[in-house]
Amino acid sequence: MSITEEKVGEIELKANDIRVSIIEMLMAAGSGHTAGPLGMSDIFATLYFHILKHDPKKPDWAERDRLVLSNGHICPVLYATMAHAGYFPVEELKTLRKFGSRLQGHPHREYLPMVENSSGPLGSGLSQAVGMALADRIDKKDGERMIFCLMSDGEHDEGNTWEGMMLAGKERLRNLIAIVDRNNIQIDGNTEDIMPLEPLIDKWEAFNWHVQEIDGHNIVEIIDAVNRARAVYEKPSVIIARTIPGKGVKEFERDFRWHGNPPGKGPEDKIPKDKQGEVALKELRTLGGKIKSEHQ
Amino acid sequence: MLNPKLKLNPKVWNDDVEQVPIRAGFGEGLVKAGEENENVVALCADLTESTKMDKFKTKFPERFIQVGVAEQNLVTVASGLAAMGKIPFCSSYAMFSPGRNWEQIRTTIAYNDRPVVIVGSHAGISVGPDGGTHQAIEDMAIMRTMSNMIVLSPCDAIEARKATIALAKLGKPAYLRLAREKTGIMTTFETPFEIGKSQIFYEPEGIAHVGVIATGALVRNALLAARDLEKKGIKVKVMNLATIKPIDRDGIVALAKETKRIVTIEEHQVMGGMGSAVAEVLAEEFPVPIEFVGVKDVFGQSGTPEQLIEHYGMGRESIKEAIMKILNR
Repeated sequence: MSITEEKVGEIELKANDIRVSIIEMLMAAGSGHTAGPLGMSDIFATLYFHILKHDPKKPDWAERDRLVLSNGHICPVLYATMAHAGYFPVEELKTLRKFGSRLQGHPHREYLPMVENSSGPLGSGLSQAVGMALADRIDKKDGERMIFCLMSDGEHDEGNTWEGMMLAGKERLRNLIAIVDRNNIQIDGNTEDIMPLEPLIDKWEAFNWHVQEIDGHNIVEIIDAVNRARAVYEKPSVIIARTIPGKGVKEFERDFRWHGNPPGKGPEDKIPKDKQGEVALKELRTLGGKIKSEHQ
Repeated sequence: MLNPKLKLNPKVWNDDVEQVPIRAGFGEGLVKAGEENENVVALCADLTESTKMDKFKTKFPERFIQVGVAEQNLVTVASGLAAMGKIPFCSSYAMFSPGRNWEQIRTTIAYNDRPVVIVGSHAGISVGPDGGTHQAIEDMAIMRTMSNMIVLSPCDAIEARKATIALAKLGKPAYLRLAREKTGIMTTFETPFEIGKSQIFYEPEGIAHVGVIATGALVRNALLAARDLEKKGIKVKVMNLATIKPIDRDGIVALAKETKRIVTIEEHQVMGGMGSAVAEVLAEEFPVPIEFVGVKDVFGQSGTPEQLIEHYGMGRESIKEAIMKILNR
């Protein structure tokens, strides 16, 4: 599946729209997570606007690919991407975290049935994706659609994550693709200070997974990696996506203090609190979708 | 006498009544459920034989998943299977599932409203020699407080078989509590079973003085105690409460209105378990004195099941004492 430069440009523009929506919805909510959603915008845009087999007008279409979000706290990027893809009105994003909203602080299937799973407590998404992949194998549908699991690096601290990895390796689930947001931060600090994960590639390989490492802001690399993963027949695949937390707003980037704070409540040493939203939106809008990888 | 409408086992009074582990009924019921519906799948965490899932594994190997000693994975993988239309039964010892993986059950099964059945075998103190680490006496409390969750505690192997088949058709998250030990068979294949309905197993002649509500294998001790006391002129009605949630409010209130005194009997902590559930209903609808028979805020220990049931005050004589105590309150 080759991709034209024009299509890449379109996806980049979508990713930028998604980032703008993330800032707007977090400002309206007055709480929520900023760094992770901004860092994952390129991956979400690429999935929903190019990779996934899905239909926003028929969210319960049985043959759709499944996307399990394990680290539910980055749901602003899930909600914003789904809204821009046409699942629900973009205006609804401003109800995030408010009473009566379908957009709960962490996703809830009962309120928003078009998400595949409720999530928030970390470390259990991969196992749910493993269960889905097993079900498709039992039904001999493992060649027809993929099960994607989006997960964080921080939730590798959870034992449940490794239990899921072990079972997927044992069962050789070729229809399962995990994408790890390797942004190196978690709430309390940098992952390698809180609980070192490296050598992360070696660990996944040791659990019998096919491992790729990519730049998580490079649309072409994201697409190529998923295509290679689909072509791996004897193992589940993990794509470790190196991302920049807070990507798109340079004052937010790579700073773990932006993990759990919305604009207006983040660290003040670079931008005063009352200007944080405004500065972020200005930066995103003037970039005009021309975000290019810093890894290139 | 035994309630004739329920076609209970007339041999229940005999010392040589057929004894079968409750978990064995689950194993048979699961095979039957698997035959009836190809979407029924089974998962186990390295306890396939002792949770009696081995029959299903032998019959439907392609629908059995061995996850290893990993109870958090057990239930989260089951949630994923259910998301794709499967009806997963996942078994382990109650101490480990739901003991260890409660949050995963809450978020990925109950909150997601996925029809997964969590089968907690070896529940209660009668696990015996394995000791306190393996005696789940808190499981009904932690499961019945979870929204969307059905909680069943069958009294014998035949009821467990029916409960298993019924849960496979229910389409709701559920917890099925099973005991390890052999238990005297009280019901028959003709005894009706319905989730959410209590049953009066023993009715004395005339108006009863005390209503006993029991669950699990201890229902038999309750029956024996009631018959002993009837010979002394003390009339006791015995209810089998197999569904802990949703609880049969009407049945419980009707019993309390007749007897004005209730004794609850469970192989579980008296805090938060079946007795507490009964007390919640009666406090709201028809307050009466209640005695709680069960484990009283202590851990278990090694011993034979009989020794432990006696030591922790759940034997036939202890039940009679509780009944006499409430009569004198």
